[in-house]
Amino acid sequence: MQTLIALGLALVLVPPAAAETIYVSNEQDNTVAVVDGATMTLQAAIDVGRRPRGMALSVDKKVLFVAEGDDNRIDVVDLAKRQVVGQLPSGADPEFFVVHPDGKRLFVANENDNQVSVVDIAGAKIIGTVDVGVEPEGMAVSGDGRTVACTSETTSMIHLIDAATLELIDNLLVDTRPRAAAFSVDGKQLWVSSEIRGSVTVFDTATRAQTGKTEFEVPGIRREGVQAVGIEMSRDGATAYVALGPANRIAEVDTKTFTVRRLYLVGQRPWHVALSDDQKQLISANGNSGDISFIDLENQEVVKSLPGGRGPWGVVIGP
Amino acid sequence: MKVRHALRALDGILRREMMRSLRQRARLFSAMVRPLVWLAIFAAGFRSVLGLSITPPYQTYVLYEVYVVPGLAAMMLLFHAMASSLAMVYDREMGSMRLLLTAPLPRWYLLAARLLASVVVGLPLVYLFLFVARFWDVRPPALGYVAVFPALVLSGLMLGAFGLLVSSMSTQMENFAGVMNFVIFPMFFASTALYPIWRLAEAGRVLATIAAWNPFSSAVELIRFALYLRFDMVSMLVVVACLVAFFLAAVAGYDPGRGLWSRRSGEG
Repeated sequence: MQTLIALGLALVLVPPAAAETIYVSNEQDNTVAVVDGATMTLQAAIDVGRRPRGMALSVDKKVLFVAEGDDNRIDVVDLAKRQVVGQLPSGADPEFFVVHPDGKRLFVANENDNQVSVVDIAGAKIIGTVDVGVEPEGMAVSGDGRTVACTSETTSMIHLIDAATLELIDNLLVDTRPRAAAFSVDGKQLWVSSEIRGSVTVFDTATRAQTGKTEFEVPGIRREGVQAVGIEMSRDGATAYVALGPANRIAEVDTKTFTVRRLYLVGQRPWHVALSDDQKQLISANGNSGDISFIDLENQEVVKSLPGGRGPWGVVIGP
Repeated sequence: MKVRHALRALDGILRREMMRSLRQRARLFSAMVRPLVWLAIFAAGFRSVLGLSITPPYQTYVLYEVYVVPGLAAMMLLFHAMASSLAMVYDREMGSMRLLLTAPLPRWYLLAARLLASVVVGLPLVYLFLFVARFWDVRPPALGYVAVFPALVLSGLMLGAFGLLVSSMSTQMENFAGVMNFVIFPMFFASTALYPIWRLAEAGRVLATIAAWNPFSSAVELIRFALYLRFDMVSMLVVVACLVAFFLAAVAGYDPGRGLWSRRSGEG
């Protein structure tokens, strides 16, 4: 009987999901906000360089790389110490970058130089550059590490780069002003968002043919007000979440049918979104209202918007 | 006053209220349709597609439909209270009020029983509305529907007591149109039922101040907070204080020896 009670209690008192920490870059405050995912409270603000935007965790998840657009470098933040412990070169005006799965290299989009810089993390030096279109911004790397994708905003193209040889494999024309790119978990699809068209276009990575497209609409908002930016793919491959910028919405897209399942109302101008490790919570960084929205995906509702600093842009979830 | 006697009177009054309300199908129907018209048509015009700024108890941006539902629930209670007070005037003209008030029980008790009965009859409709509002994506937490019960009862009693007071002062049914224009509309519109206080402050300081002092606002906020599992102490104190004040004034108003009631007997 006692064991039954204990079992019952254990069932009732399910421990909360493993505590996760959310990192949000505030491009106008020059800080990275540290937020506790379980309590949804602000814990600290880490001072970083000027205009922090793109962020990524190291493969061992011990450090956070932060691109400092106005300082032309990448800061290395120690997550245990919560402070900048090092710097990496990045090339001019880094906005977004990815960490290669080998854990040794960063691929950085240099917005003003029309190129992608490859940074050796250990040696803290640039070991190669790849010329791409005008105003490169969005970066993605395939799970197998073979291909790096880069979007160029003004050229409206997505450039595919061989991660080993640093040669351009292909350039695909996409909708106007592509902002972000993401590979599907199985590596078979490449998703690209278009800010001006308010759409995402999906390519087959093997044939490089367009296989799907979603044009977003929010009832009551004029078409120009719906702009697609950040993309996050769920681990099970079934769902993509897309931030819709000035429409103040996050769209949940079915990756099979390319239809919008639902829209979540968040703060003003969400730039990027990130999924918690258990895939139950989605976080958006809302640039204009200066807050971070928490979406409970199980109950399909936005539970809270927490003021996090001025100009939240990038969001990364770590241990 | 024997307890058994008092309970029997309460039971009788409750039954009468229930029977009357069930017989008035049209009124039940319109009581249900009224808030839905507000939600479906009025709220649609104010949709605020980009979300309303965060106002407690909400923790994130909400659409106007979400904001207006607690106000509409309070509006249902207000209209119900006024309809009930109209029925009091009607009862008085028909003579059944005299019958009730001559029962060998204290007047305050009879009036309180009448008040309680009216709230009990009105509440199921409010709940029905709150559930129907889920179709407009107004989905407070499940426990909120429980927590809102005492808030609805208190607010209903306060507005009902206000209705009693109005009925004690109005001598004829014809005056009811005046009650509508000079009581219900200002009370409803100059409150936080339709717009948050910061929105009213944009329109003018005076309006915002009136809304802040309007006891109907307190009822709305008490309901709004409870529905989202928060407790608004100030609103509750205001609602309770107003309930006591309105009720005492109504009891005094129904005293044959005093107030308008005596003047009216003088007329006849």
